[in-house]
Amino acid sequence: MLSIYNGQAVNAKEVPQLSLAEFRDAISGERIVSLFGQPEANDHIRLVAVVGRDGEGTLGVVSTVVGESYPSLTPDCPQAHWFEREIAEQWGIVPKGHPWLKPIRSDVTDFFQVLGDEVHEVAVGPVHAGIIEPGHFRFQCHGENVLHLEISLGYQHRGVERAMVGGPGKRTIHYMETAAGDTTVGHTLAYCQAVEAMTDCRVPVRAQSIRGIALELERLANHTGDLGALAGDVGYLPTASYCGRIRGDFLNMTALVCGSRFGRALVRPGGVGFHLEKERSNELLERLDNALKDVTVAVNLLWETHSVMGRFEQTGRMSRETCEEIGLVGLAARACGVERDVRFDFPSGIFRFSQIPVSTWNTGDVFARAYVRWLEIQRSITFIKSQLEMLPEGLLCAVAKETAANQFVVSLVEGWRGEICHTAQTGENGRLSHYKIVDPSFHNWMGLAMAMRDQQISDFPLCNKSFNLSYCGHDL
Amino acid sequence: MLKEILARIQQGHKTITFPKGEPVLPDRFRGRPTVDGSKCPQGCQTCAQACPTEAITHGNIDLGRCLFCGDCEKACSRGAITFSRDYRLAARTREDLVLKDETLKLAEALEKQTRRIFGRSLKLRQVSAGGCGACEADTNVLTTVVFDLGRFGIQFVASPRHADGLLVTGPVPRNMRLALKKTYDATPAPKIVIAVGTCAISGGPYRDHAEVGNGADSMLPVDLYIPGCPPHPITILDGLLRLLGRL
Repeated sequence: MLSIYNGQAVNAKEVPQLSLAEFRDAISGERIVSLFGQPEANDHIRLVAVVGRDGEGTLGVVSTVVGESYPSLTPDCPQAHWFEREIAEQWGIVPKGHPWLKPIRSDVTDFFQVLGDEVHEVAVGPVHAGIIEPGHFRFQCHGENVLHLEISLGYQHRGVERAMVGGPGKRTIHYMETAAGDTTVGHTLAYCQAVEAMTDCRVPVRAQSIRGIALELERLANHTGDLGALAGDVGYLPTASYCGRIRGDFLNMTALVCGSRFGRALVRPGGVGFHLEKERSNELLERLDNALKDVTVAVNLLWETHSVMGRFEQTGRMSRETCEEIGLVGLAARACGVERDVRFDFPSGIFRFSQIPVSTWNTGDVFARAYVRWLEIQRSITFIKSQLEMLPEGLLCAVAKETAANQFVVSLVEGWRGEICHTAQTGENGRLSHYKIVDPSFHNWMGLAMAMRDQQISDFPLCNKSFNLSYCGHDL
Repeated sequence: MLKEILARIQQGHKTITFPKGEPVLPDRFRGRPTVDGSKCPQGCQTCAQACPTEAITHGNIDLGRCLFCGDCEKACSRGAITFSRDYRLAARTREDLVLKDETLKLAEALEKQTRRIFGRSLKLRQVSAGGCGACEADTNVLTTVVFDLGRFGIQFVASPRHADGLLVTGPVPRNMRLALKKTYDATPAPKIVIAVGTCAISGGPYRDHAEVGNGADSMLPVDLYIPGCPPHPITILDGLLRLLGRL
């Protein structure tokens, strides 16, 4: 197995090609970060697996070549489930023995059904009642109790990965910024790290710091919004109202830096696109102090209100075992007590110099996922303040160079939902020959499906919001 | 109860005075782009070539394609093309979005008959058809206390059956065509359609992808176009209020 670091480019030929049996052995017991297919000669498909050695801070890469069908990896490795369905859909090959071989980005009406006189099926979506992206949820219920939830996505598929091939081009950075529009900084940072690795570019430390600030501001806005939405889902309007506004305050801080509430145009290959002068820095510090005061008052109401805690606790429980088995990432994993955080496990950029303590809770329920958000809000504010107070001098952006030929790189970022993984490969001409994006939602939608088992269907909005996964980040 | 009251006092009053007062926008906010033709050398196409969505042709800027990304501004070495802080961008027709000179024909109100029905109570059903989430988020934020959409009689409803119209975001992927059509058909007439964001107007960065339909008007008759990527909530609000004749 090839061992590499986050954001380290190697020659593509260094990725070992094993037999299928050796490939299966190599990934057995590992945590799958990414698993995808690449076209090979003679209609064969190269399967590439990237596994994460969280404890060592390294990534393992292996590959194998298969024909039009091969024995499925999923029965031995549940984490491969969703990836194999994607490979089958993208490349037309069949993983034989896959327990539920269904496309993940197409409209298919065949759903898993529980049979029985008293069982009924509830269908929700694609268009949902609120202002939210589309997806389909099919519940098998016995009365109020959910026996099984199947999630069917793909409605947002716009063809991002396909369009990356042949780049970087004029639209490339814009695809990255809108891959998952509420995670602009996360995805763009992952892309830029990959490109910088392939152009051997040293990003100035001032830019690294500003990137870290932007990433954490994005985390703050989304976590605050989520806590407000969770409050709204249990009918607790004070926190819902205050957090709805405070989220805007964090978005406006990002806009103070780059003109866009969502961080568009901020992160660019080589560095950042905007200057953070002393005055602007001081303004940010002042706003952060005010926001911390406001969000503390708003969020503490939740933990002190019995009716809220009564809805949050024990709802949507996910055990640590299930979490590990299906390979959850991000805050959903940390809410099950798993210390998994790219900033800690595979630090890149400013996180090699400044550490943010990993926030975990161990009950795996809606409360845990809410509380981890609260812990992360506090820690991110502390981090941003310390960065602003000691912002290093220097350039904002290194000069961009052309991407080298035959490069292979894996780039990880801890987006606010969790681990973002971009895998890039360039061809003989130095242009991108393959680009694979794994949004944290790709791992975690299965988590929501598992968390809903044996829950009341009326708790679905709350559970869904406690994960708050991306539809377009999954669909690309 | 006491802690909730104390919290309420601590949080303060946050609703902005817009439209009575001018909105406060960040100093780096990218609003309507302007071109100073006197600074352009003969035959220079630098800004047009830099634009990722081909929004600039013959010196005219198509706001329906513009991502407000600033790539053109960065590429121009003479400062001929800049982004002003003018947030008023909404238009009634696709053609009105193509800026030929400095003037943008801002959206006029709905005709009298429709305005009588919707003017004081407009219920909208939001449909995200391939939207990345940003337009959706900045539309949703209008319902929070800072903007307080409810004070204008505008509300987002859970069902198209309850709605007076659709607010569409996203470039309309093939996989959402049926859902969007069904939602539109389920909305009782008279109804309006509002396209929010560059994707919904022209496909945005996804224009001409085989997977998408290049925006809402590929399928539906659109009454209001609000450009941006995403449009600032103030831009969306300004557009909605203009449509209702409130501005």
